[in-house]
Amino acid sequence: MTLSVDVRVARGSLQVRANLDAKDGETVALLGPNGSGKSTVVACLAGLLPPDEGTVALDKRTLDDAATHRHVPPEDRPIGVVFQDGLLFPHLSGVENAAFPLRARGVAAAEARAHARELLGRLGFPAARMDARPKDLSGGEAQRVAIARALIHQPRLLLLDEPTSSLDVRARSEIRPLIRSILDGFAGVRILVTHDPVEALTLADRIVVLEEGRVTQSGTPEQLRNAPRTSYVADLVGLNLFAGRLEPLDPGAGTLVTSAGDVVVPWPDDLPREPVDGVLAVLRPSDVVLHTSRPEGSARNVVHGRVAEIAIEGGRARVRLAGTPPVVAEITLGSVDRLGLREGGDAWASFKAVEVTLILP
Amino acid sequence: MAASPERKTPLVIAVLAAIGALFVVLPLAALLIRAPWSNLASELSSGGAWTALRFSIVVSLSAAAISLILGAPIAWVLARSAVPARAVLRAVVILPLVLPPVVGGVGLLAALGRSGIVGRWLHTVGVQLTFTIWGAIVATTFVSIPLVILAVEAGLRSLDPRFEQAASAMGASRTYVLRRVTLPLLRPQLAAGLVLAWARALGEFGATITFAGNLAGRTQTLPLAVYQTRQTDPGAAILISLLLVALSLVVLITMRDRIFAR
Repeated sequence: MTLSVDVRVARGSLQVRANLDAKDGETVALLGPNGSGKSTVVACLAGLLPPDEGTVALDKRTLDDAATHRHVPPEDRPIGVVFQDGLLFPHLSGVENAAFPLRARGVAAAEARAHARELLGRLGFPAARMDARPKDLSGGEAQRVAIARALIHQPRLLLLDEPTSSLDVRARSEIRPLIRSILDGFAGVRILVTHDPVEALTLADRIVVLEEGRVTQSGTPEQLRNAPRTSYVADLVGLNLFAGRLEPLDPGAGTLVTSAGDVVVPWPDDLPREPVDGVLAVLRPSDVVLHTSRPEGSARNVVHGRVAEIAIEGGRARVRLAGTPPVVAEITLGSVDRLGLREGGDAWASFKAVEVTLILP
Repeated sequence: MAASPERKTPLVIAVLAAIGALFVVLPLAALLIRAPWSNLASELSSGGAWTALRFSIVVSLSAAAISLILGAPIAWVLARSAVPARAVLRAVVILPLVLPPVVGGVGLLAALGRSGIVGRWLHTVGVQLTFTIWGAIVATTFVSIPLVILAVEAGLRSLDPRFEQAASAMGASRTYVLRRVTLPLLRPQLAAGLVLAWARALGEFGATITFAGNLAGRTQTLPLAVYQTRQTDPGAAILISLLLVALSLVVLITMRDRIFAR
């Protein structure tokens, strides 16, 4: 393990107890709703908030140890952070912002700027906008500067705090693939802090779920999807996720061809009607309807298969149907009884194309 | 400057605004009307007014600069440090703003005058502040410094601390954060504090005359010159007053975008 965190820290009235480990080349998502203590953990990792108890260690180096009052100040930690809301310095240009960590480490201005220009260029930042102030940058441009600023000093740990939450929908779909390639290309430890389950499911190798200051579950996206332990996790990560090639079908609709079967999806208004590879689609289990015989109706997607699992969570059941593709439906316990569903039995699932949300590459 | 939407001004506000504006403009207009313009050439060529003008500029700019250099750190301590009895400390350093300046002058005499508690020691090492231009600068700084403290403390309190935290997480030392993040972000408030302190310094009278005295060519600034001339030659006093009005107006107009457009 190269990052190892086990701390108790209080901020305001919230007591946060967090433990997480991460290896080099692994992306760990810290997923939780607003107010769950995510930003407290970020502050703690960055060295802005010493823990009340416990330790933070990176490689063999102890960054925090409450027992011995060891605390490495933020400026001495080998960490690159993309802050929530970007936090670009308003009085500095894009290049100066990106060069800041080098300048702070005593690198000469000309050299630091040259580095920053080169890195921004690689991140797809337009050359003509390098000297613009943050207030004149678009959401996507500003986020590229924030990412460059986190990477330029070659940190050991990359910490992304809600990297897309301040962006509008368009900029978000523009930045997500960039974040994916940044994470994949970063050799050290990668921590992604987010409240967005899609972001966690699509970008992380492992997910640590934080609720009201406590880690309630951690595991791979697959483990969390298959066996959510709290209703929050079930709601958020229990989503159906399909990945494949998007092909035009008929006006307003397309087919997502996945290795496990086809899904009819809505066609985005502004997308040319040509096949697109690497498309993700998300479907909420509560939008899936179960039937005991082949349904007739407007739903474009009908899946037939064996009931592989019925997991009961409170008054609801998550029913996993081993069809092509496999889907998870969430229905009430009453419906389970009424339909006479049982594990190993047969069932049909249906859902409308418009219920499916596409995530383009 | 952004145009504000046209609105109909309520009558009460229009009437009160007109009375208020008249109240401010009337004495200034009276100065212009009563000025003995025929004496202008001889008065200005006499040299006394120019010396006082030069003193006023030197003293007020020096006092504003010292107020900024000493006042901004006080503001930092008030806004950021865990000082005991912060409210009392703030009241004490803001006091010169509400105190009659002559009281400040008496206090400065007791402290830094030739037989003052500190001035006695200064005198033995050959430093004398009273009846020198240094004394005028000290007295003026005393009354100007609270304006810098107020402006900069307000600026520090409204500053988003996350910028400074982000900077330190990016490897910046405390002094680097101060130099490259905090101070640049505070620039509007530092500029406002400087201009307000300078404006207050330019009009300073009571503390200066009490502590530094009213010696033409040594401590006499424009307000002191007006006061002295008034006793012998009221017409000349009006002309010197107009010199002060013109100087203030020029600076306020050139500075207007820096402080008022924010």
